[in-house]
Amino acid sequence: MSEDVLFQLKNVSKNFVKGKEKISIFDDLNMTIDRGDFVAIMGPSGSGKTTLLNMLGGVDQPSGGEVWFDGTRIDSLSEGALTRWRAENIGFIFQFYNLMPMLNAQRNVELPLMLTKLSKAQRRKNVETALALVGLSDRAKHMSSEMSGGQQQRVAIARAIVSDPKLILCDEPTGDLDRATADEILEMLQLLNRDHGKTIVMVTHDPAAAKYAKRTLHLDKGQFVQREIVA
Amino acid sequence: MGSLIAQIVSVTLMNLGSLRRRLWMSLAMVLASAVVVAILLAFLAMAKGFEETMRGAGSSQIAILMREGSSTELNSVILQDQVNLIGESAGVARDANGPLVSPELYVIVDGIKKSSGTEANIPLRGLNKTGMDMRTNMQLVEGRMFTPGTNEMVVGAGVLREFNGFEIGKEVRFGKNLWKVVGVFSTGGNIFESELWADIKTIQSHYNRGNSYQSIRTKLQNDSDIKPLQDSIEREPRLNLEVQTEQEYFASQGKQLQYIATFGWIISAVMALGALAGALNTMYTSVADRAKEIATLRALGFSNFSAFCGTIAEAMVLAVTGGLLGSLAAFVFFDGLNTSTLGGSFTQVVFSFEMSPDLFLQGAILALAIGFVSGFFPAWRAARMPVIVAFRHAA
Repeated sequence: MSEDVLFQLKNVSKNFVKGKEKISIFDDLNMTIDRGDFVAIMGPSGSGKTTLLNMLGGVDQPSGGEVWFDGTRIDSLSEGALTRWRAENIGFIFQFYNLMPMLNAQRNVELPLMLTKLSKAQRRKNVETALALVGLSDRAKHMSSEMSGGQQQRVAIARAIVSDPKLILCDEPTGDLDRATADEILEMLQLLNRDHGKTIVMVTHDPAAAKYAKRTLHLDKGQFVQREIVA
Repeated sequence: MGSLIAQIVSVTLMNLGSLRRRLWMSLAMVLASAVVVAILLAFLAMAKGFEETMRGAGSSQIAILMREGSSTELNSVILQDQVNLIGESAGVARDANGPLVSPELYVIVDGIKKSSGTEANIPLRGLNKTGMDMRTNMQLVEGRMFTPGTNEMVVGAGVLREFNGFEIGKEVRFGKNLWKVVGVFSTGGNIFESELWADIKTIQSHYNRGNSYQSIRTKLQNDSDIKPLQDSIEREPRLNLEVQTEQEYFASQGKQLQYIATFGWIISAVMALGALAGALNTMYTSVADRAKEIATLRALGFSNFSAFCGTIAEAMVLAVTGGLLGSLAAFVFFDGLNTSTLGGSFTQVVFSFEMSPDLFLQGAILALAIGFVSGFFPAWRAARMPVIVAFRHAA
């Protein structure tokens, strides 16, 4: 595996058994994501894009094939090992933000750092940096209910980057936002990729959103049907 | 390890922080735990109060003698010549006036309980001066001592508190005889305060007891050393008596109400099962309510063990809060509450509910058990929550 390759799927398949019927989501799927890439994955409903994202995030396991991340095969890891791997390597951005409603922005962003050995002062410093990066320093003490959807998603982005993960996975990050706010969020992701070197994989229905990525993969019936580089 | 503890603390605080979303269900769980603990503590305080009342009456320096086979004074009979023989026995203390032996009579009279207005048995004890002197913790708190040879009596503070018509100066009719209350005594809250005391010869006369008695109390020559007296009785065939220290006697009487504590635990266990059903429902609802939060934390890298511990901790906090409220309620409403119940001699024993640290500890253990059991299965579900739930498209 080249040193530039961060993620690699080799002949991956994913099946579900429903009653007596075996449903195939993917069959013999191959994919490579390099460091510093910004990939949009598009496709119709049921094409398997969320399943693919879950597999990349170690939330779901393939039925066959191999999943490699930074030189380590992760499809054979135990649930506990995968949990630790996620904590160290993955930042998630969800469509509905998934902030903890009982915590303020600062405490939400701090959550991934609770899994590290950083001191409280260091955690506070990292949280301040992440919030500054998404332009929400003045909202640190605000609860999620006191913020707009766009602001909540920016908090979620700060939470995803605060522990400096190698890969950021976004599940329809602008699906719940209006166009203008969605563009702000996408510009922010683009900035994180371009200026901070973050590797990003984004699942989206929105072709306008996909344009912010460096390349777009179209998934249909479990296969990538065409590859398009977006400058 | 430090990270795991930080995870557990974070998850627990988040769970507690989300309680307001499930306010009424959580309050119901707190209330159920409070009721169960309060009821348990009420029973235990009753048993404890009775036991303390009985135990406080017994001295290890005094021996009590009753007819062989008699478990209480009521069904014992002792004759004058046996009293004389005990006076001559080894191990009995003496003073300038002779052996310290107190033959006593124990008859049952009726009183009207203030609480219910119903009749209940009260013991009327016949004593001589030696018997009075032996009760070193007796204090006249009001009035004077009865005059030997008259129909005068003194009443225990417990009788005055729980029964009607025993105030100083009142005349009380027992059968054909009219008795006058001339004093009130205290013995520090022990069982003697549930008695009426009068002159033994007068009682013998009014109740046709001739020269018979029901028990003998005697001061031991050497403190707690009952063996010489026991040996002496065994050697004398005319003394078909059983001897034990007063402390042993009342301790065995106090054990009679141990069933109250057992009953309290049984009632509380049954109620705890009901509380558990409600608490389990509360905790399952909590896990369902927090499903997306739990899954999100798991996606971020929080362990399933922290989800398990956080849910258990939430259940235990709710149950223990209820336990504390229940303990507080039991303390406010029951500690020191005066009541009476039927003792071993079919007479009323006046006693106070007594809360103590060991009872609170038992209440806390019960609350913790309710919390742990009600939290365990929902916590198991939380720990096994699929991470994929975090990606479901529901707000």
